[in-house]
Amino acid sequence: MTAEKKPDFQVVNHSVPRRDGRVKVTGRATFVSDLRLIGMAYAKVLRSPYAHAKIVSIDTSRAEARRGVYCVLTGNNLEGLNPYYGHAVKDHPLLAIEKVRYAGEPVAAVVAVDERTAFEALEYIDVKYEELKPVLTPQEAMEKDAPLIHQRKFEAGALRGFEGEVTAGKGTNICQEHHLKWGDVEKAFKEAAAVVEGEYYFPMTYAYAMEPYVAIAEVSDEGVTIYSSAQHPFMVRHDLKSVFNLPVSAVRLIVPFVGGGYGSKSYTKIEPLVAACSWKAKRSVKLQLTVEEAMLTTRSDDAYTWMRTAVDANGKIIARQARIYMNTGAYAENSPLVVEKSTNRCVGPYAIPNVQIDNYSFYTNTVPASSYRGFGCAQVTLPGESQIDELATKIGKDPYEFRLMNAAKPGEEFFPGMRPFDGTLKEDLEIAAKAVGWKEPLEKGRGRGVACSGSDAGAYPLTSTAIRVYADGSASLMTGSTELGQGSHTVLPQIAAEELGIPVDNVRVVSSDTAITPYDRSTGASRTTTLMGRAVMEASREAIQQMVKMAADVLKVKVEEIQVIKGGVRCGEAQLNWSEVISKYYALPDGEVIGRAYIRKDGDFAKLPVFWEVACTGVELSVDEETGKIQMEKLATVGDVGLAINPALAEGQDIGAATMGMGIGLFEELVYDGPQLVNGSILDYRVPRFSDLPKKVELHLVQNQDGVGPYGAKGGGEASLNSMPANIANAVDRATGVRIREAPLTPERVWRALRDKKT
Amino acid sequence: MNLSFQLNGKPFEIEGEEQETLAEVLRNRLNLNGTKISCEVQVCGACTVLVDGLPVSACTYLAYEARGKNVTTIEGLEKPDGTLHPIQQAFIDEFAFQCGFCTPGMIMAAKALLDENSKPTEDEIIHYMDGNICRCTGYVPIVKAIRRAADEMAKEKRS
Repeated sequence: MTAEKKPDFQVVNHSVPRRDGRVKVTGRATFVSDLRLIGMAYAKVLRSPYAHAKIVSIDTSRAEARRGVYCVLTGNNLEGLNPYYGHAVKDHPLLAIEKVRYAGEPVAAVVAVDERTAFEALEYIDVKYEELKPVLTPQEAMEKDAPLIHQRKFEAGALRGFEGEVTAGKGTNICQEHHLKWGDVEKAFKEAAAVVEGEYYFPMTYAYAMEPYVAIAEVSDEGVTIYSSAQHPFMVRHDLKSVFNLPVSAVRLIVPFVGGGYGSKSYTKIEPLVAACSWKAKRSVKLQLTVEEAMLTTRSDDAYTWMRTAVDANGKIIARQARIYMNTGAYAENSPLVVEKSTNRCVGPYAIPNVQIDNYSFYTNTVPASSYRGFGCAQVTLPGESQIDELATKIGKDPYEFRLMNAAKPGEEFFPGMRPFDGTLKEDLEIAAKAVGWKEPLEKGRGRGVACSGSDAGAYPLTSTAIRVYADGSASLMTGSTELGQGSHTVLPQIAAEELGIPVDNVRVVSSDTAITPYDRSTGASRTTTLMGRAVMEASREAIQQMVKMAADVLKVKVEEIQVIKGGVRCGEAQLNWSEVISKYYALPDGEVIGRAYIRKDGDFAKLPVFWEVACTGVELSVDEETGKIQMEKLATVGDVGLAINPALAEGQDIGAATMGMGIGLFEELVYDGPQLVNGSILDYRVPRFSDLPKKVELHLVQNQDGVGPYGAKGGGEASLNSMPANIANAVDRATGVRIREAPLTPERVWRALRDKKT
Repeated sequence: MNLSFQLNGKPFEIEGEEQETLAEVLRNRLNLNGTKISCEVQVCGACTVLVDGLPVSACTYLAYEARGKNVTTIEGLEKPDGTLHPIQQAFIDEFAFQCGFCTPGMIMAAKALLDENSKPTEDEIIHYMDGNICRCTGYVPIVKAIRRAADEMAKEKRS
């Protein structure tokens, strides 16, 4: 779509206050954890103490005999269900069957009259295990005599989302592999003027959505209804349909406000288990995990990357090659897609003529890994953007100038077969560099970095919506996009209000109820503003078209004589607002018009990605050489968003993402000691706090209306995370002369690196 | 066990069990769901409420300890006519939340701060608020909101 340049936006491109403001500051916003159904029972989960073991026997009789216990579920009493789920690979049993594959895996669930009764009954379940040798890292998983974590072959999930064949369960511990190749890499490296090469490690991280996973299920002859904190209710519906062998129409997912997601609530988590509990207990059941349990549910894939990058004598990047081993944990979840995305995202937003990326994810006996804000991009941007700096230094070029020279240009097909580049990286980099004073002299012990990332974002373009315009001129928007905090309940009504020419306060949002709201594939990959936003724009326009016909009928004129004006129509002297059009048409002050829109992979969306998600971050930091502690002095974000429908919300996404990225750069890491997660609590897993705030923060948006979303908008909200760990490593190198190739750059790691440099 | 305390300015008397936390009593017995539970180990601050004006983590504070005391929760900040407390309004005006899960605790901690120190510096805000985690906003707009609320409250006092 060619974006209309509309400098006179009435509602969009304005920082209108959040629509969920009042309920969220008064404590009245309803999250699933706040919901209670009449007669509801509660479930608690018994988890495996072993990383890899055969389940020899489970005796639930003592637990079942306890007062207040309704039933106990195990992998042995799920007859009648299809217990394996997974949108990508159907490898995940809702409770362990025959064996456990990670310490913390659900083995049994107790359903009882209240949570405490359920919890107390857990210790009366007697499980006999026979320990197996655990496999904990990709290196162990690929050894010739490595125990196989999965023995059976799996079906592909119906909504798998990745392109390749399912590798999982084919006699190795490889969960998925993905390969990318163009040009002649070997020849390019032979002819290169300079090459850098290194190995990098990106850690396992935990999103810490402050609301832990929670769901309530009501399973009856009528079907399955689930209230969940899921980001993608329609994807979860598909898994439930398959577990219960029901038609889509008999499965209903309802998602109220979600207390943080960041990708960790993408796809199906505890819903099959809580639904099975309800099915067995024959009543509605709530399962509320603790944060410690949430940490045993999903994490990000950690990644071991070997990478090399080459330049020619003119400083042009001519080749990049990488081999990535990702640690997927016990079940595939969304990791097959993470593998594909991280493969693509190795290229970065650079035009490189020779590329070869080989990426493998391995099953291990650790917590299952899945989506995490940025989908594999941060994992490979740590090596990618580190090497840009390393290479610039090697050939004596300024890393910022080196980036400017090699960055993909607007309209350039820098990634063969994909959508041409739709960002303006040069402009973005200039803003980031200026914000951190790139050219200014540096104090001793300080370093700066400017880094960027470009992701094939937007996921798959399948989205629909409906807008109901009422006889009083107000409207309701039916959207399957979930409000995770990103502000979709504000941005989407802004678009409808802009189109219909009505006050934004007159547009209500009905969201994320699969029985009511039209299909939207997911709320992730920064896609909502672009895809749902575009659908809302088109649905509003379709409603207007209908109302134009109605106005012609009312005024007894031809449709062509009707002219659309703000909030209504005109025909000669006659003017009618939408309320008058609908009321006069139906001859009652009631009734409505329903505008609809369907988006599929066609037209503007025929070419993937939906958009390139592009952002830059700039940092300045100081390093205390005595302790290795890093202090963030400056942080700048530049979001290349096409058009910010709500600039304050867009900036909020950028600073939020950059702060998460800073956390990974500085201290966030899930640590395994042998088969046990040793920092599986918020006491021990360190996330950024107020006192970690960089001393100076600047937020910038670049708005060239160059996206396929409404008015030229593109998504944001992930990209500012991706470059932060590399940016911090680059700035530490500039401050100290020490190159650290693994995140996080904890004080200990920095201190050790400084000590090693001295000796 | 009989529990009686002042809750948001009104006397309350209920039956509770000895081991119940204040958060459990508020949420499960009194249906006040504004107080959120996240870490359950007194680290994240999502469950912050005020007891006799001081911030406590309701997730680990036993309800019986509140007997005879004044408990203020997020539900007690709005005036009866629906006017928001200046801190609540400032959080809206500065976009100081996204998902909103940490927000009630964040606002209660900010209230304790501003009740104690009506003109905090940025460093004082950061130091005082360090016990409250927000995973969405990067804290920048929260600091701004607290400064804005301090200004508004000073104006209210003057007028």
